[in-house]
Formats: sequence, structure tokens, C-alpha cells
Amino acid sequence: MIAPFVLVSAAAAVTLAILGIAFVLTAYRVITGPTLPDRILALDTLTGIAIGFIAVIAVKTRFTLYIDIAIALGLVGFLATVAFARFVLSRGRPETRPLPAGDEQAVTPVPGDTAGKAR
Amino acid sequence: MMEYVIATATALTMLGGAFFALSAAIGVVRLPDVYSRMHAASKAGSVGSGLLLLAAGLYSGELAIFARAAAGVVFLLLTAPVAAHLLAKAAHDTGHKLWELSVGDDMEGR
Repeated sequence: MIAPFVLVSAAAAVTLAILGIAFVLTAYRVITGPTLPDRILALDTLTGIAIGFIAVIAVKTRFTLYIDIAIALGLVGFLATVAFARFVLSRGRPETRPLPAGDEQAVTPVPGDTAGKAR
Repeated sequence: MMEYVIATATALTMLGGAFFALSAAIGVVRLPDVYSRMHAASKAGSVGSGLLLLAAGLYSGELAIFARAAAGVVFLLLTAPVAAHLLAKAAHDTGHKLWELSVGDDMEGR
């Protein structure tokens, strides 16, 4: 019969290895794009994986203050994603010619449709 | 005996969270367009992070710390859909195309 401490340590080591693989895969998506929303989404996933890392470190070291740090990182990641989404809205169309001067609508709306397009 | 129960539950929860985080990463790499990647990342990613946080709270053995971890999980489950939806709406409004083989787009022209 193994001691409970050993069991948790082994599981934590395996978990850290798997999370490392996931981190590398997501970093690959950050690098290769192809569009800006793809990179933002991958960065959001990276913060999620980092929260997981911090939680596993909290288990390994029995230092429970790390849980608060993980929650704070979740808050920051959410706000960063929202801000990036706003930034994407103000960027306009992807990979097309620049918009004509004076036309600040990124997408031409359907006549009679006033929904969306919040700036 | 109780220590064994808590340790086993912690180990299983950690491994489950790692599995979900890995599947989210595989989805982000392998799926074809922004919207399907968002589906993988937001659902599987938040479940993975939430399970790992729950494991940390469980292993502490104190109710206050477990409640804090549970509050963190609730926060994650509340904010991940909002962030994913905002980002998808921004991408769609700025004209990012769906995958060529997609069957339909209900937001077409809005």
C-alpha cells in the first residue's frame, strides 16, 4: 500500500507533463495564426492552462495561497480577452484592401438593419 | 483511511483536468476555423482549469479553502462563455470567414 502523499505526488507529476504538452500545442497555434482572433483565442487557452499549472503547484507544495493567485489570473485573462475582442472590432476586415476614406463601417450593414455595430 | 480517500480523489480529479486541458489544446490546434476552435477551447478549457482548481481545494482539506476554489470554478464557468461569445461576434462582424465546408451561417448579413 503506497502512502497517500506519494500517490498525489505521482499524479501531480503526470499532470504537469500533460499540461506541458497542452501548453506547447497551444503556443503553436499562437505562433501560426493564421488570423488575429485565432491568436487571441489561443492566448485565452494559455491563461486557462496556466491556471491549471498553478493549481497543481498548490497541490504539490501544500501552499494554498496559490489558489487565490490562480483566481486572480483568471480574472486578468478574462478582461484581456474582452479587451482584445474590442480591439478586433475596431480593426476592420481581415486581409482585404484598406477601407475607403470616411467609411468607418467594417462591414456594410443590410439596409433596415440597425442591430450590432456597437463601437 | 480518510487520507487515502482524499488523496485518490485528488489524483483522479487532477488527471481528469489534465485530460480536458489537453483535449482543449488538441482542438485549438486541429480544428479548421476560429469558431470551431472557440467551441473546443472555451468548453474543454474551462472544465480542465475548473477540475484542477477543485483538486487543489480538495487536497487542502479545509472547508474555507475548498469554498474559495469552488468560487473560482464558478467564476470561470461564468466568464468563459462571455469571452468566447464576444470574441466570436467580433470575428464575425469583421468578416472572418467560416470554414469552406460549413453548412450554414445564421448570422449572415447581420
